[in-house]
Amino acid sequence: KNPDVAHALHLGKLCFFVLFKMSIKPFRTDLLIYSIYANSPILFNFLCLMSTLNKIWTNLLLEEKTVSSPNWHSRARRYESELQSCGLEVAPVEFSDYHPLKSITVTDSKSRRGARKGSTSSSSSSSSSVAPDPLSSMLDGTDPLSMFAAASATTCTISSRREKEDEVGVDFEPWSSKRGEILARFTTTEKLSINLFMGSEKGKAPSLASSAVSEKVRTRLEELDDLEEGSQRELLNLSQQDYVNRIEELNQSLKEAWASDQKVKALKIVIQCSKLLSDTAVIQFYPSKFVLITDILDTFGRLVYERIWSMCSDPRPLPDSFTADEVNDTAKETCLNWFFKIASIRELIPRLYVEVALLKCNRFLTKCGIQETVPRLTAMIRGIGDPLVAVYARAYLCRIGMEVAPHLKDSLNKNFFDLLGTFRQIHGDSVQNQLVLQRVEIPVYLTLYSPAIHWILQCVSYRAPEALLTEMMERCKKLGNNALLLNSVMWAFRAEFIATRATDFIGMIKDCDEAGFPQHLLFGSLGRSLACADPPEAERLPILNEAWKVITKVRSPQDYINCAEIWVEFTCRHFTKREVNTVLSDIIKHMTPDRAFEDAYPQLQSVIRKILTYFHDFSVLFSMERFLPFMDMFQKDSVRVGVCLSIMDVFIKHQQEPTRDPVILNALLHVCKTMHDSVNALTLEDEKRSLALLINGFIRMVSFGRDFEQQLSFCVEARATFCNLEPVLVQLIHTVNQLAMETRRVMRGSHSRKTAAFVRACAAYSFITIPSLTSIFSRLNLYLLSGQVALANQCLSQADAFLKAAVSVLPEVPRSISIEGKLRSSEGFLLDFINNFLSALLVVPDHPEAGVLFLVRGLLNMVQDYTWEDNSDAKVHVYISALPLLAAMSQESYLYSIPKVDSNETLYGGDPKFLAEINKLCETLIGQVLDHLKTLGRDESVHRQGSLAFSLFGCLLAHGDLRNNKLNQLAVNLWNLSHKQGYCNTRTSVRTLEFIKHQAQQPDMAHLSDMLHRLTLQSRT
Amino acid sequence: MSASLDIRLKRANKVYHEGEVLAGVVAIVSKEAVQHQGITLTMEGIVNLQLSSKSVGVFEAFYNSVKPIQLITSNIEVVKQGKVPGGKTEIPFEFPLHTKGNKVLYETYHGVFVNIQYTLRCDMKRSLLAKDLSKTCEFMVHCLPQKAKLQPTPVDFTITPETLQNVRERSLLPKFLIRGHLDATNCVITKPLTGELVVESSDVAIKSIELQLVRVETCAETGFICEEHTSPACQGPMKVSICPLQSGQDHGCAEGYARDATEIQNIQIAEGDVCHSLPIPIYMVFPRLFTCPTLETINFKVEFEVNVVIVLHDEHLITENFPLKLCRA
Repeated sequence: KNPDVAHALHLGKLCFFVLFKMSIKPFRTDLLIYSIYANSPILFNFLCLMSTLNKIWTNLLLEEKTVSSPNWHSRARRYESELQSCGLEVAPVEFSDYHPLKSITVTDSKSRRGARKGSTSSSSSSSSSVAPDPLSSMLDGTDPLSMFAAASATTCTISSRREKEDEVGVDFEPWSSKRGEILARFTTTEKLSINLFMGSEKGKAPSLASSAVSEKVRTRLEELDDLEEGSQRELLNLSQQDYVNRIEELNQSLKEAWASDQKVKALKIVIQCSKLLSDTAVIQFYPSKFVLITDILDTFGRLVYERIWSMCSDPRPLPDSFTADEVNDTAKETCLNWFFKIASIRELIPRLYVEVALLKCNRFLTKCGIQETVPRLTAMIRGIGDPLVAVYARAYLCRIGMEVAPHLKDSLNKNFFDLLGTFRQIHGDSVQNQLVLQRVEIPVYLTLYSPAIHWILQCVSYRAPEALLTEMMERCKKLGNNALLLNSVMWAFRAEFIATRATDFIGMIKDCDEAGFPQHLLFGSLGRSLACADPPEAERLPILNEAWKVITKVRSPQDYINCAEIWVEFTCRHFTKREVNTVLSDIIKHMTPDRAFEDAYPQLQSVIRKILTYFHDFSVLFSMERFLPFMDMFQKDSVRVGVCLSIMDVFIKHQQEPTRDPVILNALLHVCKTMHDSVNALTLEDEKRSLALLINGFIRMVSFGRDFEQQLSFCVEARATFCNLEPVLVQLIHTVNQLAMETRRVMRGSHSRKTAAFVRACAAYSFITIPSLTSIFSRLNLYLLSGQVALANQCLSQADAFLKAAVSVLPEVPRSISIEGKLRSSEGFLLDFINNFLSALLVVPDHPEAGVLFLVRGLLNMVQDYTWEDNSDAKVHVYISALPLLAAMSQESYLYSIPKVDSNETLYGGDPKFLAEINKLCETLIGQVLDHLKTLGRDESVHRQGSLAFSLFGCLLAHGDLRNNKLNQLAVNLWNLSHKQGYCNTRTSVRTLEFIKHQAQQPDMAHLSDMLHRLTLQSRT
Repeated sequence: MSASLDIRLKRANKVYHEGEVLAGVVAIVSKEAVQHQGITLTMEGIVNLQLSSKSVGVFEAFYNSVKPIQLITSNIEVVKQGKVPGGKTEIPFEFPLHTKGNKVLYETYHGVFVNIQYTLRCDMKRSLLAKDLSKTCEFMVHCLPQKAKLQPTPVDFTITPETLQNVRERSLLPKFLIRGHLDATNCVITKPLTGELVVESSDVAIKSIELQLVRVETCAETGFICEEHTSPACQGPMKVSICPLQSGQDHGCAEGYARDATEIQNIQIAEGDVCHSLPIPIYMVFPRLFTCPTLETINFKVEFEVNVVIVLHDEHLITENFPLKLCRA
């Protein structure tokens, strides 16, 4: 279903297909042509891959063609009978056993696998007669990768279902995800202060009783203590970043103190830190402060828990689900000590926070310790007068409670009800006075509550029964000015719950006091819920109308877009393009004045993303009047390109059918042009690649059906538009080549005058486009490919031109090329290309005005003149691999041919002059090789000499007529030369001898058995 | 060459009761063999009394320290003169905790004027050339649980400007009404003190509400404690004071004995202007060592009280006092 996966799989299969083909039979040129027939643009991408496989191909040719020697005579071949005898040896490959992805499909269902097996085995059994198409057999049924994905998805759901009801599952949004959000949202530019009393508390109220030591002495002692601890530091005028750094320092010193066994100091740090939470100066920063300090508390709680846990790990570690009975006395005593120490902390807020942080340690003492402690702590929070401090304390308790004892739902609920009980405090005098003092607006102040209340409600509503949620909502309703609560309810409760009551919620939102919590935030929250769950069908339109009525009145563009962005999803989900169009025009209306859109790019981008998620039909999408004007708001280059990228991404993923719709084409061409125009000198290679990939995807999806001319003119236009992206040009050339082959298919191989002219136009297109490419190897490969296509379309002079161009480009190949940023020798690629080229030359007829075999000669001349790497045998390798070609050319009927194109076999009809020409050429080549072997013998490189000699021997054996004495003698000499130094692979030699023995049994091959006696196998010793 | 001496008791919490056996090991760790002239163990239980300088004057307080009362003492020689081999040597020991005569083992208590402490000391006597080694280790004694079943004695209280004593300017007082209750004033020492407090109304914002645990220690020179000054437990609020900040200390100082009240700990139960008419829990854990069951002997008395302290934003301080009777159950 997912086009991305399907695409990748397709490529993967192709690889296997190619390898599979290679493994059973000689790879044929017409496979390339087949790929064009197959009308699969992806196959084109594999041409490069194929060219690397050509080495194998040429080696296979070696075995099948005949050649002659100083007195060269090619061996006469009967390709058909040879193919049959080879075909019989092919072991039928059981696909399901051999496929490397198979092991993944263990989870496969029985019936499916059976079906697959059936289809593949039937095709492989028939492989000897008709060439099977493994591609098609692999395409039917579910492919292994997506089956794997499906299997893992099901196991996921099963495992999550398996979890106990009372435990926290994956669907519970963890605190860690909220953390960053809070830190980013609640910031301040005001100066902060940290007040730490590390020593004894000086600020405490004068003690009501006196001690035996006199006051004076005592203060002195205290001062001493203070000096020791470096204590009571008051840090004023800190910027927010300084503050965060200080807190982090404290966190570090806590860890250090703990590590150096200063447990008391660690406790003091934690107490002082949590004391900071009672300070509400710079109130806008409070939520972030809470996050920072609870991090320290978490660290502390973990340290204590781990320490006590490690005390019980002797003799063996406690299991995770231990009970208090398994804990030894020392650990219990230590734990008890901690609790006594905490219980004597003077101030309420530090005592509360530290006790909550150590909640988990109650497990060491008693079975139901946590159960008893949580309600007590819940009640204790009532003592906190400041409502903001209290609500965050509750949030922390809920958080730890959910972690440690998720089954204690009652305390969570109690927390929430207590919160409701103290809700009126928010509007109390002391809070108001504080706000006036700090010059904070009420709406801003109220939003400070949101993270904590969201969290509490999230904990409460997690897997809570419907009835409880209803009750909670009723309770919220009863309170005056409940916008804050309402907001959190909509955030935290299940989206389905909200969605079914959406109309009620709208009513409640309208009733809210405008002066308190901003209404657009409320609608934002509602929209968020409605984006995940569907309200009843009939209510949808009224809901949208009501909501949008409010949203459109929001004055501040920033507030407006934040809210509108959320509602776009709801609109896209349930309505047609008409409504979405209206929404878009409203957004444009709001965002255009004063260029407000400049500050809202992220939201606008998200609007586009949401629309793209729901509208996959691009004809609908682009027929929306306001869509393109909306796009025009993205005026910053980087953002616009980002939007274009996402549009193209969706297009490629979701466009199933090729299209010719002028609206889509125009719009997308515009989008692609935007992407293309963003390329400049500073663009990274990766970026270019991804842009090119998207544009290529678009080009592949353009099809004018039978209107080939229009397709070609589209390609012309595209070439003009995308001239800076090389991969796109390559794709265009492939597209045009495909177009030519498609025309050939439609005309069943015989062109009319009109189509002939058209395919020539195609060839011309390729011919003038290729030189603009900078990559030398894509130029070479494309020349070859286009030449083959031209040949297949009977455009002989065009084909000649392409091949000649390829030959003339050869000398330009640099000796090293950069691949993925690394400099590599180009030799291997060049050899591959030449082999590929040679095999294509078999079917290219000689030009009547040029000499015999002018292309082969031209190529060999180029090879001769090319500046090869010093000390390289590459040139000789080319010569050796040219021998099989020449041998194949001297056959009466060729191994392969192109329909309606007369190859040299028909042109010359086995003319002895032609054969003599070939033989002469062969002799020259062998002479060159032998010369080279001699130079190697002089040098110290006998190893290379041996292997070269052996490959020439192999070539002679396969292609030469060894009945000729000279040739026979040469072969024996080469064998001996290659074995002289003992560097050759004994296994290969043994197998070669076996092959000769086998060959010798055939008629006309008796001479081989004589030769066999003269070939001696040298052992290494 | 250094040898170290250590006493390790069998019980991790070091708590023992009368009649039980105090058991453990003396551990000697040394690289080489240690020559010594005998290792002895001394177990001792002592009550230390000190007179407050406030009640008797500095001079007297210095000289008139009351002689310590010995509750139990025992001495044994663990090892006779000889040599302890190198490495780790553990010598087990046992002391029965039995008193002589009609003496009672009072519970361990660390106070200001009264200290009840039990120690175990190990001495290793050595030749003139080497220093003697010594190690002291405290162990806790707990009273045996009370046999009689404890009846909870809840106390309700209401604080208004009218219920206050010790008021200087009643007319300047803000209006307030605070109600609450303690679940019991006779508390089991291992269980927390619990109750609830409700601020029904208050004209002035509340700054803080605290629980102050106070010990009242009384020392006498010889068996003389004033009859009419016995602890009036459970008689309801005893004294309430307000403004200016005044210590709740009370020198009930008749001739021959000293009575001092000092703070043990102060626990805040509310901070800031708490929500009105919402019950706030009163909860305090009795600290170990610094509290013991209420004790009354011929020579000294240890009693406990709790003050509920309400600090108003205008620095008014309202205190309500509750005597407690602690016991072990």
